[in-house]
Parts: sequence; C-alpha cells; structure tokens
Amino acid sequence: MALFGSASAGAIGYIYYQTNVLLARQLEQTIEAETRGLAEQYNAGGISSLTKAVSNRSLTPGNSLYLVTDRDGRRITGNLTSISKDLWNSVGRVEFAYKRPSQRGVESRLALANIFRLPGGFRLIVGRDIEDRRIFERIVRSAFFIGLGFMALVGLGGGWLVSRGLLARIDAVTATSRTIMEGDLSERVPLNGSGDELDRLSRNLNAMLDRIEQLMAGMREVSDNIAHDLKTPLTRLRNRAEAALREKSNAKSYRDALEQTIQEADGLIKTFNALLSIARLEAGTTGNAMNEIDANALVQDFVELYEPTAEEKNITLTANVANGVHFKGDRQLVGQALANLIDNAIKYGATGKGGEIEVTATDTGKAVELTVADSGPGIPEQDRERVLKRFVRLEESRSRPGSGLGLSLVAAVARLYGGSVRVEDNEPGLRMVLSLPHKTTHNNEHRTR
Amino acid sequence: MRVLIIEDDSETAAFLTKALKEAGHVPDHAADGEAGLALAESQVHDVLIVDRMLPKLDGLSVISQLREKGVQTPALILSALGEVDDRVKGLRAGGDDYLTKPYSFSELLARIEALARRSAPEEAVTKYKVDDLELDRLTHKVVRSGQPILLQPREFRLLEYLMKHAGQVVTRTMLLEHVWDYHFDPQTNVIDVHISRLRAKIDKEFDKPLLHTVRGVGYSIRADGA
Repeated sequence: MALFGSASAGAIGYIYYQTNVLLARQLEQTIEAETRGLAEQYNAGGISSLTKAVSNRSLTPGNSLYLVTDRDGRRITGNLTSISKDLWNSVGRVEFAYKRPSQRGVESRLALANIFRLPGGFRLIVGRDIEDRRIFERIVRSAFFIGLGFMALVGLGGGWLVSRGLLARIDAVTATSRTIMEGDLSERVPLNGSGDELDRLSRNLNAMLDRIEQLMAGMREVSDNIAHDLKTPLTRLRNRAEAALREKSNAKSYRDALEQTIQEADGLIKTFNALLSIARLEAGTTGNAMNEIDANALVQDFVELYEPTAEEKNITLTANVANGVHFKGDRQLVGQALANLIDNAIKYGATGKGGEIEVTATDTGKAVELTVADSGPGIPEQDRERVLKRFVRLEESRSRPGSGLGLSLVAAVARLYGGSVRVEDNEPGLRMVLSLPHKTTHNNEHRTR
Repeated sequence: MRVLIIEDDSETAAFLTKALKEAGHVPDHAADGEAGLALAESQVHDVLIVDRMLPKLDGLSVISQLREKGVQTPALILSALGEVDDRVKGLRAGGDDYLTKPYSFSELLARIEALARRSAPEEAVTKYKVDDLELDRLTHKVVRSGQPILLQPREFRLLEYLMKHAGQVVTRTMLLEHVWDYHFDPQTNVIDVHISRLRAKIDKEFDKPLLHTVRGVGYSIRADGA
C-alpha cells in the first residue's frame, strides 16, 4: 500500500518537475530570441531603430513584454506601462509583478524579464508574462496533492476492507485449530466455496485433518485390539509357564511346555510383525522401491506357490492372465498382499470339495487390478467393509488360524499406492479386488475406507 | 567353524556363544563396532554375525569398511528393523544375509552354516550328488539310482538349493527367499506342501529317504538316515 502510494507520488512528481523544467527552458529561449532580435536592431540603427522595433512588436498581441525608458525612467515605448524604481535600477534577470488591463479592469500579473542598460542612460526591458505558467504550475501541484490524497484514501480504505475480510477468515482457521488442539478432532475449517487461495488452503487443512482423524481412530482401534489379541496369547503363555513350574513333572512335560511356549511366542512375533508392517505402510514412511512389475509373473508365482496347498484341500487354484499387464510398485509388498488374499481364499473361501479359486490380473486402463475370486460362502454385505480392519475376524470363535491382520495389510498396501481394496460378490463366493492405479503417487486422494 | 559375534547386548552374546559352542562351532565375541572391526580384520573367521545397532560404529559401517579393506568374510546382519527397504540397505552395505529380531536360534544357525558354505567357490560346480541322487545344473536332469526323475522347474530349483546345502538344515524362510525370491513370512505351510511333492518324486520309490524334515526348523537333504 505504502509502496504503491510512494510510487505513484514519485511518478506524478517527476512529471511535474519535468514539465516545469521544459516550460522554464522554453521561456528562457523566447526571451533570449527576442533580446537577440532587438540587439541587432540597436546595433544597426541605434536607439531610434530600437524604439521603432519595440513599438512594432508591442502592437502584436501575446505574452511578450517590452519597455524602453530614458535615463530618468520615463517610458519611451513598449507595452509595459511602468516599472518600479527598484526594478529600474537593477540589471539582468528579474521577476516582478506588473499591471495589465483586462475585461475585469486592471489585473496584477507576474512577469520575467531581462533588463539592459544602454549607452546614454536608456534602459531596455525584454520580458514575458509568466502568470499563465504560474497558474498551470498551481493546477498541476494541486492535482498532484489531491490525487495523492485520493489515492491514499482509496488505498487505505480498500486495504482495510480486504484485510478485514481476510483476517476474519484467518481468525476462523485459528479458532478451528484451537478447538482441535483442545481435543475435538471433528472440527473443520469453514469454506466459502470461492476456490481462492485461502479456500484452497482451508480445504487442504481439512483433508489433512480428515487423515489425522482417521489415523487417530486407527490407532485407538489398534490399541484396543492389541489389548485383546496380544494380551490373550501372552496370558496363555504365562499361564502355561506357571503351570509347568507348579506341577511336579518330568523332563518330557517340561520340554513340551517349553515348546508350546516358543510356539506361542512365535505367534505373538508374527502378529507383532504384521502390526508393525501395517503401521509403517499406513504412515507412508517406507522408502520402498518402485519397480516395474509384471502382474502376470506375480500372479503365476503365487498361484504356483499356493497350488499344492490348495490341491491338498481339493481346491482348484488357477491363474487367469493376459500378457502385458505391468505396474509400478514394490514386488515384495504387492506380493505379500496377493499372498494374503490367496491365503484367505484357501482358508475361508473355497471350503469343501470342488472349491475353485481364480486369480486374475487385468489392466482397466486406469489401474491394474489383481483379483482373487473364490466359490465359497462369501461375506455378507454388511460385513464387507469391516473385514479390511485390523483384527476383525468374521467367525467369532476364532477357531481357525489367523491373526485377523491379513486383509488389513492388503488394505494398507493398496492405500500406500493410492489404490483400493474392493470386497465384492462373486455370485456365489467372494471376490477380492486389489486395485493399484497406474499413476502411483503416494497420496491419499483415494481412500479404501 | 569360527564365528565372530559382534553384539553389544551381553546376554544375547552369551546366549549365542553358548549355543554356537553346543552346535560345534568356535565363537568369538566383540561388544562394539570398533572392536568387531579390529577382530574381523586381524583374525580369520568363517562367518560374521553383526548386530545392526552397535555402539561406536554401527553394524552396516563395520561391514562396509571390512568390504572396502577387502575382507570378504560372509556376514549375517541381525536387526530389529525388518522392512523390505531395511533389508535392501543391509545387503547393499555388503551384508550377505539379513535376519530380523526376534529370531529362532535354529534359523540363525541354518543361515550362518549356509553362508559359510557359500564362501567356498561353488560357481564351477555343475553337478550335485547326495548318495545315489544326482542333479545336473547345466542339463537340468535329475537322476536317482540311474532312474531319471522328472521335476517341474520350481521343484528343480528347490532340490538344487537343498542339494547345494546338503547336510545342512535349510529353513522354510530360506527356501522362500532363495527359491521364490520373496522375503516375507508365509502365513501357512505352503513350503511344506512343495517339499512333500518333491519328496514324493525323489524318495517315495526308493528304500532310503534322503530328504529329511528337521522338526521345528526346516529340511535337510543328506545321505545318512539319522
């Protein structure tokens, strides 16, 4: 604001100054030319020739002023009626007021003149009316100050209005952040829908808050589940060790107890590792490599890896692949996600004889989709969202093996690559689709839940 | 086998020393990175067990400095960091294998024995032989007692890895890593089923089983029936 003001003041001032200089120079040159002309006359024909020339020139209307006087200061000729005694005595450049008849009587005007002493006590005064110039100067000056004042007024007023609106909105953001700091994570920054910079900032802040709230909810859920799913086996482990110590037993039963303890510990480690992996994936901090992966090779790898296991359970596991399906990602991570999906399908999906599991890799143009479809009982509609969460196991008895973390890891991998996991009906059976978009930026635009 | 343990936790070091002695090896111990580096440089070992987090000089630096000095003793890195990228970093620093804490001693033992074997030049070996079972790495032919055995490509690689480490124990995760090139923990017994398929092909028709299950650890291919 101040910058703008001083810049425009400077510009106007410069124009004013330059105009002044130009006008002054013009004036100077005119007087100079007049003087030169009259000097020539004087040199050629003496005082008489000069007075004649002055008389002639005085008749032409204009702003030029002339006066020739004798040694006593009496006017001989010229369009100036008289000049003061002081002036008459001075020599060279003078500025003075003179009187000129006009429509409204006699007016006092300003003049600039050169006074010369000629031999014989004569005086020649050649000048020019500068009243107009003075008026012009005054107009420019007042325009300058009025303009500046106006500009300052508009600028300050406008600035105040704009900043009042802006500050009010920033205050809203501050108020929201304070509420959030006080613990209410559901608060959001108000948007005015204009899509301007501040609105965009607010929208990003809200997206960030959504993410934070989601992470917080996830953490709370995990700590609740850890309490259950880690404490239960820990309790079992402890009880078993205690029982082994209490009972009088032989070396064999001690050995058995120890082996069971190790087994229990291994299970705990597995759960713990899975939780850690998911947490790191969700934090998005893994610096995992992004390599070109051949989806078909990946699918075939895992179908081949799990095929004997499936066959043991009388399940037909087949790969249905087309050539040229590629995507960018970490082979280990995506592989583990796919392994978990197949593992789940074998464990829970295609039970009984004649079960079928088909693993497919397709390119939809936007994303590469890895699909594991089984012919099992499927998952009821209302449970489909839930299965992706940590520790969620649909059979309440938890009799079958599993930590309840397999699908959470799949979901976490999907989220890392900005993709999603879809739980669909295979009619009959379950179809799990891991969708990994081609433009695999690590953003959170697409959420899985 | 001389094993150098570079581990700052005295209890872990004592446990490893005792267990390695019981397994018939000769363990040395250094309690920090600098001491470990000095020991590994001045004495000849068959394998190094290096903890990743060490006082004075971290495990990865120990290994990379050793490699710079031309010491090629195979090294197993022990780490609490188990993500794929941690593993990659460890191997890039010059480590030969990577094991995440907590680990089972049998897994560690199987891995260091496999590593020590690897330090012997083996690229020139084109044929493996265990008792009357023969595997030709060039022609991809497997023969037992003169009888050709037809294997799937993956079964061949599985047998190849087992025979390369004949007499040693190979764990399930080692198999998944080296035969399938996946570095995560298989949730189920996928490897066991592959092994039993392989066993059906190489052992079933013959009197003497060669492919043995080592309970709680993994598998081993060897001529003696024990």
